[in-house]
Amino acid sequence: MTDLHWLPAIPDWRQRLRALAAEPATAWDSAVALANARLNFVLTNALDETVRRVLPCGPESLATKKVRLAVLGSSTLTHLLPGIRVAGLRRGIWIDTYETDYGQYLQELSESDSALHDFQPTAILLALDAYHLTSGVTAGMDAATADAALEEMQGRISETWRLAREAFRCPIIQQAILPVHLTVLGNNEHRLPGSRAWFVTRLNQAVRVMAEQEAVDILAVDDRAARDGIGKWHDPALWHRSKQEVTPTAAPLYGDLVGRWLAAKQGRSFKCLVMDLDNTLWGGVIGDDGLEGIALGQGSPLGEAYTAFQEYARELSRRGVILAVCSKNDEANALEPFEKHPDMVLKRGDIASFVANWQNKADNIRAIAQELNIGLDALCFIDDNPFERNLVRQELPMVAVPEVSDDPTGYPVALADGGYFEGLAVTDDDRDRTSQYQGNKARDALKAAVTDLPSYLRGLEMTLIWKGFDRIGLQRIVQLINKSNQFNLTTRRYTDEDVVAVMADADAFGLQLRLTDRFGDNGIIAIVIGRLQDNKDLLIDTWLMSCRVLGRQVEPTTLNLIAREALKLGAKRLIGEYIPTKKNAMVKDHYARLGFTVMETDQAGGNRNVLNLEGFTPAETFIHVTEG
Amino acid sequence: MATEAEIYAALTEIFHDVFLRDDIVLTPELTAKQVQGWDSFKQIEIIMASEEKWGIKFNTRELDSLRCVGDLARLVGTKTA
Repeated sequence: MTDLHWLPAIPDWRQRLRALAAEPATAWDSAVALANARLNFVLTNALDETVRRVLPCGPESLATKKVRLAVLGSSTLTHLLPGIRVAGLRRGIWIDTYETDYGQYLQELSESDSALHDFQPTAILLALDAYHLTSGVTAGMDAATADAALEEMQGRISETWRLAREAFRCPIIQQAILPVHLTVLGNNEHRLPGSRAWFVTRLNQAVRVMAEQEAVDILAVDDRAARDGIGKWHDPALWHRSKQEVTPTAAPLYGDLVGRWLAAKQGRSFKCLVMDLDNTLWGGVIGDDGLEGIALGQGSPLGEAYTAFQEYARELSRRGVILAVCSKNDEANALEPFEKHPDMVLKRGDIASFVANWQNKADNIRAIAQELNIGLDALCFIDDNPFERNLVRQELPMVAVPEVSDDPTGYPVALADGGYFEGLAVTDDDRDRTSQYQGNKARDALKAAVTDLPSYLRGLEMTLIWKGFDRIGLQRIVQLINKSNQFNLTTRRYTDEDVVAVMADADAFGLQLRLTDRFGDNGIIAIVIGRLQDNKDLLIDTWLMSCRVLGRQVEPTTLNLIAREALKLGAKRLIGEYIPTKKNAMVKDHYARLGFTVMETDQAGGNRNVLNLEGFTPAETFIHVTEG
Repeated sequence: MATEAEIYAALTEIFHDVFLRDDIVLTPELTAKQVQGWDSFKQIEIIMASEEKWGIKFNTRELDSLRCVGDLARLVGTKTA
């Protein structure tokens, strides 16, 4: 796969590109946003061309350094330049590029009056194609001749580096050689000294050793080709047609590999991985499923996949990436697996900043950045929940938010392929960075919420689809009633038969609520059971909700529905009770928040509340309500 | 299988993206000479965008035989049939 799968698709991308051209004042910021979408090569070219037209010299002032990148090569490279420039844009970096004439790179390097010298590059990419580098190598060679050819080629590359360094004194990156050649011996190709395929393998090894000695960096397209398949990178038909060694469809990825190198050179790689917990570090919801119920560790494929992700995060941490946690949870619940689950790979000590509460994640991520004393643009946030991802993308566009599915197998892939933490070297400091942060961190209280939540909610296009209890939903209803612990007012557990009894009872109603939004269907997220008492009070016997949809106005919208159903049964008042358990402290004041009056509280911490239906005005919310 | 109208609609979007112009109207007779900027590189972009769009692959002979938009649309039609 050479597509930029870790970036989200932006549905109105084309309209926004056209709008960008009309507003030069905001063009740069809009362009950076558009560059952070999953673009193919045609759209990459379109964005590049538009930006160059609107801002021919780039924005006047930038937090990043402008780059003048010279691309030196022996075949057609023009089609790779837009991808490189857009990859810079993606990271807020303006890149001007210069391409040497076809195969003229050595002359241009040596002649001080060449156009390359006029360009005065601040970075150099040496992109030599495999055909050029293996010319003269043939299967008829004996070992000594092949070795001599390899040595000669190493010398030529090294000489090119020397010329470039002496002329420009700037960073150099050497593109690894793409393994485009077919084998002629087969599996044991390495026994054929003059094999071109084997020659490329050897040259790639040798170039890495040389690069270490001469402080040159490597653009590892050979590793990418090993992952993606050489067929995704190189098309022999295109080579014959236009001498493009890298196929245009791979150009956005090629460009991104260069862009992340240039960003790393400016110290602008991401530094901290912020992780959600439920369904990101383990399967399930710790507050509902408990320590025994979450999927983690040996025994299930899903559990092993979460373990593998934790191991990848720990590997990142051991090379210097800071780890943080941002979770919607009670802190005690969130900490429990770190302290007690035998299969947790990550320990509390691996996490430099641990934030678990019920506030919105954009505010919590701000708090994490502040606590760690690093910029928001150094944070990469991973969460299985599309609602949270898009909230953070909208509120904090400088935070990287890789697009992932609900399959944990893909989480390490998204982080690695996205190149967020691109590093150039590793120091001893990197290896114990997390402990430094743990020692220093300030424990400031969370800043007051400043996120513009209403506008986000309005844009979500939420619909609450309600239905009475029915046979089709029975299994899911019973499951939720017996599983939900946190947002559960009474924690009454019912069997299939109990639920069927509610369906048959003329003085009771059951509601199953499904929430959809523009990111998809959240499934059944809430259950309510109401029972009419003899005195015309409607008792809310059960009200439970999935914590996934907390903070989205589902609660007041649900109350509107309850009131309507209660009035249909002839009720005058609603009675809501809270029965405390170890896990449902978050809904202690649920009814008071909704405008109920407290009637009584008990010693265990429970409460009973009343709402008069006469004169009840339904709350206005951003949720559209419909019957399913 | 894509209908002719669907093929032309998708090709139109590809052309608009490739040339950054929304006023190009595709007709079967349209050739590279009649569209400003339609050079061999743009030709490759159009071909590869079409391959990506329909999940097909053109071979060298097929590419060499393309003379106008109608040829391309017909080839896409044959390949997606």
